[in-house]
Formats: sequence, structure tokens, C-alpha cells
Amino acid sequence: MTLNRRNLLKIGGAAAALPLLGSKAFAQTEPLKVGFVLVGTINDNGWNYGHNQGRLYLEEQLGDAVETVYVENVPEGPDCERVLRELAQQGCKLIFATSFGFGDSVIKVAEQFPDIVFEHATGYMRSANVGTYNARFHEGRAVCGTVAGHMSKTGKAGYIGSFPIPEVVMGINAFVLAARKVNPDFTITPVYISTWNDPAKEADAARAMIDQGIDVIAQHTDGPAALQVAEERGIVGGFGQGADMSAFAPNAQLTSIIDNWGPHYAKTAQAVIDGTWESKDSWPGLAEGEVEIGAYGPTVPEDVVAAAEAIKQGQIDGSFNIFTGPINDHTGAEKVPAGVTLTDAELLSMDWYVEGVIPPA
Amino acid sequence: MTLGLAIAIIVTVVGASTPILIAALGELVVEKSGVLNLGVEGMMLVGAIAGFVIVFTTGNHYLAILLAAAAGVAASMIFAFLTLSLSANQTATGLALTIFGTGFSALAGQGYSARPVTLLGPLFPAELATHPVGRVLFGYSALVYFSLIMVFVVWWFLKKTRAGLILRAVGENDQSAHSIGYSVIGVRYAAVAFGGAMAGIAGACFPLLLTPQWAERMTAGRGWIAVALVVFASWKPFRLLAGAYLFGLVMTMELYAKAGGGPLSAIPAELWAAMPYLATVVVLVLISIRRDASSNAPACLSRPFLPSN
Repeated sequence: MTLNRRNLLKIGGAAAALPLLGSKAFAQTEPLKVGFVLVGTINDNGWNYGHNQGRLYLEEQLGDAVETVYVENVPEGPDCERVLRELAQQGCKLIFATSFGFGDSVIKVAEQFPDIVFEHATGYMRSANVGTYNARFHEGRAVCGTVAGHMSKTGKAGYIGSFPIPEVVMGINAFVLAARKVNPDFTITPVYISTWNDPAKEADAARAMIDQGIDVIAQHTDGPAALQVAEERGIVGGFGQGADMSAFAPNAQLTSIIDNWGPHYAKTAQAVIDGTWESKDSWPGLAEGEVEIGAYGPTVPEDVVAAAEAIKQGQIDGSFNIFTGPINDHTGAEKVPAGVTLTDAELLSMDWYVEGVIPPA
Repeated sequence: MTLGLAIAIIVTVVGASTPILIAALGELVVEKSGVLNLGVEGMMLVGAIAGFVIVFTTGNHYLAILLAAAAGVAASMIFAFLTLSLSANQTATGLALTIFGTGFSALAGQGYSARPVTLLGPLFPAELATHPVGRVLFGYSALVYFSLIMVFVVWWFLKKTRAGLILRAVGENDQSAHSIGYSVIGVRYAAVAFGGAMAGIAGACFPLLLTPQWAERMTAGRGWIAVALVVFASWKPFRLLAGAYLFGLVMTMELYAKAGGGPLSAIPAELWAAMPYLATVVVLVLISIRRDASSNAPACLSRPFLPSN
């Protein structure tokens, strides 16, 4: 059965009754209860789907040592606090909150439950019992940008963003930096739609961009709507985000960035079980396998695949970093000198666009 | 702005406006009968998942539209039974219907979200839509023409037919209508069913007209815009048409302005985003200046009918 906020309460009630069966019998082998808070549904075929795949991997790896629950469709805001508290009260000892906007709630609830470990995805706020984790999606975006730079005929790409937060800005910048290494005139237009999931609006945003001359589209929202429009309009293409979306756009998906959260979830749960967990930021990428590049689409020529794979390998072996200078900002002024690489802290607070981005009005 | 871009914008605006227009037309008839059904968003979601499942399993778009309408009617009948037969509070029941529809559609849609379908194709042969002007006139699917025809049908029904007169009488003065022998509850059941069917079809527009997939809550609040539009249009079908297209235009132009390029970007995206609210304020001011229009709401709106004799 699928858990949502409604039948979570029922299960909470059932779980509360379990100790009546004799707590001693359970004490020896009591599994670590792990909670997941998701901003959308596990069936979105994107972001939340990826996290659920990670949850399933965790169950598979640690077996009886863990027990997992998840809550879907939790809005970013006060509701999140309530859900976190519910999970804590029903015995979760490790809770993953998987959306940027959950950050404030996690910090607040974690103060009230010092014995419980919280991990917040894509956030930046930590405390004694709150760690953060993320994936270097921008490494994948550099691969996509390379493909876009080779394949775009107009040299103009569009980017549907949810909100202008560092995670999204970083992705836009990595994409266009990589594309401009191939085509120095390449430009990208971000359109923010102020939501993670409104397929009709994502589709209309894609139409608006295509009507105005872009022929490659990327998105940082949770579903495949933009790719479907790319397929319908027959433009050069777009990219799967969070998962392979080729079912929705068999010709238009050029490649995809796949999130592979499983290893992090398994490692973290094991650390909590062993008592070795400590609050830190975990930010692996292509090299660790947490970010993967999916299969290339049928329209991508072999030389483009080779170029993209070279960028991928360069990031895996550490010889290439998309955020190494010289990098100019969108006004053309030098922002990062030659040879200097941006630090993680600088990336996580990125609020400026590189050259080639046409900043939103 | 080139002609091509202008045409493209018109086509996108028509698409964005259509589900709002269809849902609002249904709600207009419901409210004209004296019932306020705030469950439009929920009924739309039920229609969206019904339409998706049918088109996914059978590939027949018209059957999908038909059964989405039926699903909308089924959802609306829950509301009708509670509010009309049991005199439950209409506001609260309507809100509950939206919550129910959201949850039910999510449950029914499990396993369908990673499945693509195809959009409903244009009604007319493609040759008619090759010229830009032809595309504006003939480039749409049947749902778009249906919405436009229904504006006229609803207007004609309410203004010109005896049944429409009875429906309005029930909405304006249920006791009088009852005392001269009309079934207030029966008329309202019929009106709510019509509203449910329209909301169901409006929901089906999402997977069939706008984006060929199922995603939970994919109507994303447009049912509420439809409810607001009825007031905005002061319960007049042709004003509703204008209102739906105005909202569609504003929602779409915001995206075109953000996507930039040429004269469109001269208007800041923030101003586009604020325009629905500015337009609402302007219209409310205008209708309050015209005294008759502000009192255009059906007199019995949202009042339960309890026969006095």
C-alpha cells in the first residue's frame, strides 16, 4: 500500500500498538525506522521517483535492519513541520527531507528531537543532528550542455526553472558554460514558473520558448512536460531530469540526468545503526555514481556522444571542472579568473548568471 | 512581433483558456440554479484521471471525453446528495469535494504517471490549417470548438428557453418556484450534474489537450480560477468567454514575456504576473459602478432549500 498523510496516521496508530505485543521480543532486532518526506509523488517519473528508488535500494541493501516509511505530496511550509513531527513521534530514528524548501522546518523540528537524525537534501543549513546531502547534478548538466552546443541549430536554448535558487542557477550556468565551449555564441533563456510541478504551465512555457526560436530545452522541474512539447514540435530536443524520460519523448530526449540516491541512503542508515553518523554535508557526483548519464537518444550522432562522454569522464577523473575560470558573468565582466575553480560554498550560494544567460526580466 | 509569433501565441492562449472556460460554464449554470459548488477543482481532477485512463487503455479520445464527463457527474452527485437531499452546507461540502477529488484521482492514478498518451488531434483536416489565418480558425481539437459552442448553448438555454427560465427562477426565488409546482431539488440536481459533466470534460482537457500525461494535481488550481471567473463575469456567459480568454492570455503572455525577445519583453514579467489581479480589481470596480450588475448574483445562491409549506 502506498503511504500518504492520511493513512500514515492509521499506520502510526498500528505501530503504536506494537509494543503491547511484548517489547522485549522486539528489542533485540528492532530495525532502524527511516522516514522520507517527499514534495511530490513517487510516480512523477522525476525527482521524487528518484528518491523513492533510493529508498527501495536502502531496503534491499540493509534488509531487516531497516524499515522505511514515506510521505508524499508534502507542501513546502508549515505542513512539512507537522509531517516531520509525526514521523519522529512514530519512531523514525532517521528522517530524510528531500526538497530545498523543507530546510527551515527540518532545523526547527530537529531541535525538538535531538535523538533523531535528520538529513536534508539540497539544503545548506546544518546542526548537531541535521546533515545535508545533495548530488552534483551540475556535472550532468555540463554533459547535457555539451550535447546541446553540438546539436542546436539556432544556438538558443531554453531552461524551465522552478525557482531561482542556487541549485537551479548552478544548473543553468553549468549547462551554458559547457555549450559555449562548443559554440561561443550559444545563449540560454531561463523561465521560472514558481512551482515544481504544474505540467500544463511547464508545457506552455516550453511552447513560449520554442515559438521564440529556441531549439533545445532543459528543465529543472519534476516532470516530462517540456520534453513532450519538444517531441510534439519536433525541435532538436531536450533532456530527462532526475530519471530517464524517453517514454515521453523517444526522439526528443537527447540524454538524461539520472539521480541515484540509493548508495547515500544505505551509507547514512548504516552509519546511524553503527552510531558513527555525524552532521556533515555530502555532495557526490558522477565520480561516485550518484549522478548518472542515461542513454543517448537516436538523433545524437556518434561524435557528439564521444564529446559528451569525454566531458563526463573528465569530471569523473577530476581533470575537468565546468566551474573553472575564466568565467564571465552575464554582463561580460570577469567573475572567475583563469585557473581558479569555484569552491563548493561559492556554488551553493550562486546567485549570478554566467555569460550566455539572458537573465529573466 | 512577427505574424508567426502572434499566431503561435493565439494558439497557446486558446489552449490555456479552454479548460477554464468549460469548467466555468458548468459552474455558471450551477450557480444560476442557486447552488454554489466549490468542488470544481476536485471534479476536474476526477475527469482528468478518468480521461487519461480511458485514452491510455482504449486510445479513443472521444470516449475518454465522454467518460470524463460521466466521472464528473458521478463526483458531482456526491455533492448533490449531501447538499440538496440532506441540506448540508454547500461551501463546506464543495471544499470537501475538492479534497476528495484530489485524493481519489491520486489513488486512481497510481501507476499511470509514467505512461505517455497522445493528444487529441485537430478536428479539421490539416490542409485547412496550413495558412496562418487558417491555423487560428481551424487548428484546434474538438474540445476547443466544444467550449465555444457551449458558450452560445448556455446563453441560449438560460435566456431563450422555458427550462432555462425555470432554472433561473429556482435560483432567484426557490420558494416561489416551489409554490407554483416546480421541483426545486430536481432542477438543482440537473444543474449540478451539468456542472459536474463540464468540470469532468475540463479536467480531461489536461491530458488530452495540454500535456499528454497524468500527474497528480495536474489542474494546479485552475478549478478555482473557473469559480472566480463566474463572479468576475457576473453570471453572464459571453462575459465568461471574455474573462476566460483574458485570464488565458495573461497566464500565457507572462511566459512569452519571460521567454524574452523583441517587443514582448518590454513589459516586465512581474507586471504580466500581476495582471490577473489588476484585471479583477478593474472589473469589480466597473461592475460596482453599474449598480444592476453587482446585484446580478442569484438571490438564492448557496442557500439550502427547505420548503416552507
